[in-house]
Amino acid sequence: MTQLLEVTDLTKHFPVRSGAFRSGVGVKAVDRVSFSVDAGQTLGLVGESGCGKSTTGRMLMRLLQPTSGSIRLDGREISELRRSDLQEYRRQVQMVFQNPSSSLNPRQSVGSAIAAPLLAQRITPRGGVKAAVRDLMDRVGLRPDHYNRFPHEFSGGQKQRVGIARALALNPRLIICDEPVSALDVSVQAQVINLLEDIQRDTGVAYVFIAHDLSVVKHFAHRVAVMYLGRIMEHGETREVFDTPRHPYTQALLSAVPKADPAADRSGRIRLTGDLPSPTDPPSGCVFRSRCQLRPRLDPERAALCADSVPGGTIACHHHTTGM
Amino acid sequence: MTTPHAAPLLDIRDLRVSFPTDDGLVHAVNGMDLRLSRGETVGIVGESGSGKTVTSQALMGLLKDTSAVVTGQILLDGQDLNALTEAQMRAYRGKKIAMIFQDPLSAMHPFYPVGVQIAEAYRVHNTVTRKAAAAAAVDMLGRVGIPDPRRRYDAYPHEFSGGMRQRAMIAMALVCEPELLIADEPTTALDVTVQAQILDLLSELQAETGTAVIMVTHDLGVVAEVCHQVVVMYGGLCVERATVADLFKEPRHPYTQGLLDSMPSLTGTGERLRPIPGFPPSLLALPEGCLFADRCPHTGLVPDGACHTRRPELAGPGTHPSRCHLTRPQPAREVAR
Repeated sequence: MTQLLEVTDLTKHFPVRSGAFRSGVGVKAVDRVSFSVDAGQTLGLVGESGCGKSTTGRMLMRLLQPTSGSIRLDGREISELRRSDLQEYRRQVQMVFQNPSSSLNPRQSVGSAIAAPLLAQRITPRGGVKAAVRDLMDRVGLRPDHYNRFPHEFSGGQKQRVGIARALALNPRLIICDEPVSALDVSVQAQVINLLEDIQRDTGVAYVFIAHDLSVVKHFAHRVAVMYLGRIMEHGETREVFDTPRHPYTQALLSAVPKADPAADRSGRIRLTGDLPSPTDPPSGCVFRSRCQLRPRLDPERAALCADSVPGGTIACHHHTTGM
Repeated sequence: MTTPHAAPLLDIRDLRVSFPTDDGLVHAVNGMDLRLSRGETVGIVGESGSGKTVTSQALMGLLKDTSAVVTGQILLDGQDLNALTEAQMRAYRGKKIAMIFQDPLSAMHPFYPVGVQIAEAYRVHNTVTRKAAAAAAVDMLGRVGIPDPRRRYDAYPHEFSGGMRQRAMIAMALVCEPELLIADEPTTALDVTVQAQILDLLSELQAETGTAVIMVTHDLGVVAEVCHQVVVMYGGLCVERATVADLFKEPRHPYTQGLLDSMPSLTGTGERLRPIPGFPPSLLALPEGCLFADRCPHTGLVPDGACHTRRPELAGPGTHPSRCHLTRPQPAREVAR
């Protein structure tokens, strides 16, 4: 399998313009994140709100300029691309957004919304655009007579299909999906997930799938990276991470998901206390240490390690091998 | 978990709600029945537009003095809430029946400290001094797990995190010790680790106070965690009612089966999801027959096309009725979860 995307030490700091932190470094929304995506594969980026998963997605799309770190597509560095080169890059990398209503222009027919990328990139001759759009609509399960309709005439699931058709228009090699099904009802969500799977099977496109719903990611992703406060806590094959989570945060996160089975064994579940720390003032060392369930069981010397040094590696915990 | 008493606390009979619009009458709830005993938790599950939120709004009397047409009976301890005027309803709202909402930030007043709002809710229904009301509010903030409640009493809603706000909201709802609490998607806006905390808190408080809870949610996982009984709604109707164990073990209505099949699961093997084809019916023009007929895989098994001409009743064994012409439709696959 060939590597398509390689991300190394990607970092994004947002300056804070008001309040007590004005002079500091600001919010470390994403802090030294590294991962890779193989061609035709899906990487799930999961985590709770504020963990930096969407910021990471927007940097991959170059909607945000990284503070530091590298993003390579096919070995080519893209974090420094200029405007003129970005157009070529965006032919290869496209994005599907969470809210299909706000990502479509209410006054533009869906046919012309799907045609927009084809016209902007001038890869389809003008006369062929309509046929190309009809073909795309057919691939995502929209009817040809939807061409001249407007977004408000569509249900949420249909609007998301429009968003997917638009992302597919340029035959990209990578699609960043930012919570593509979170706004949808469960029966419609399943339709869209199946559609994304079919598209991957037929075209070999790779996905970076950003989601907070762990069941969806487990179902959909080949590899998964679990994020917390801007850092990757655990990273690996989906099956491995979900079946034998090794980072205490991953364990707590999986344990917190309500199980749709009243008979399930709920005795061993882990409950994190407290809330997410403020991202403007994260804990030193391991960012998870303020809520970590291992902490009360650690002797002082080892607990000090958590505060002093930032854990790294695919399981970012000083104690994962011996802690449990 | 308290043992439910025999006499129901809440008895909803043939509740119907419709809203006049420019396009015609929207039939949001179309004949809902529900019985709930003291100390019991019932889940109302359904997708957008199934009528679950409108049902809970009707229970709270929030549709009074609006253009909505509400018919049927809502008997709370024998008193028909639907027959009360808005002024009379105020004596019940907050005192006997309380509600928590999905978004606590928009459900609280941004200009008043959280504690003051809780104390106010207490003073409306209890003749006490401001000081005593404040003490009750501080006590309640402590009980919902807000650290340092005396200091947090003076904090404003925007100073709380999402989970803390939902705790404060629960404190406000429970400060008058209502007999019935309606929780409308109380954890949908929260992160999963915080959701788990809030669900635990609700269960603990319920065990302590014996309040009956109606949990309105789209998440079958939440239902499995906290509910005793479940009502599945579709097109403004209850299509299946069962104990939580029965519903997951033996879903009877094809819609319930479809919902369970569409859900990816953490324990699943990653096999292809099986979504329900099509869309819910338009509430402006409900079909004459079964509301689910257009999306149902089993209509061929019912003779004379009855599914499209005759609306089925909620029928079947007392503890597990469903609204389907097939007494027991064959599950498309054994649902083992």
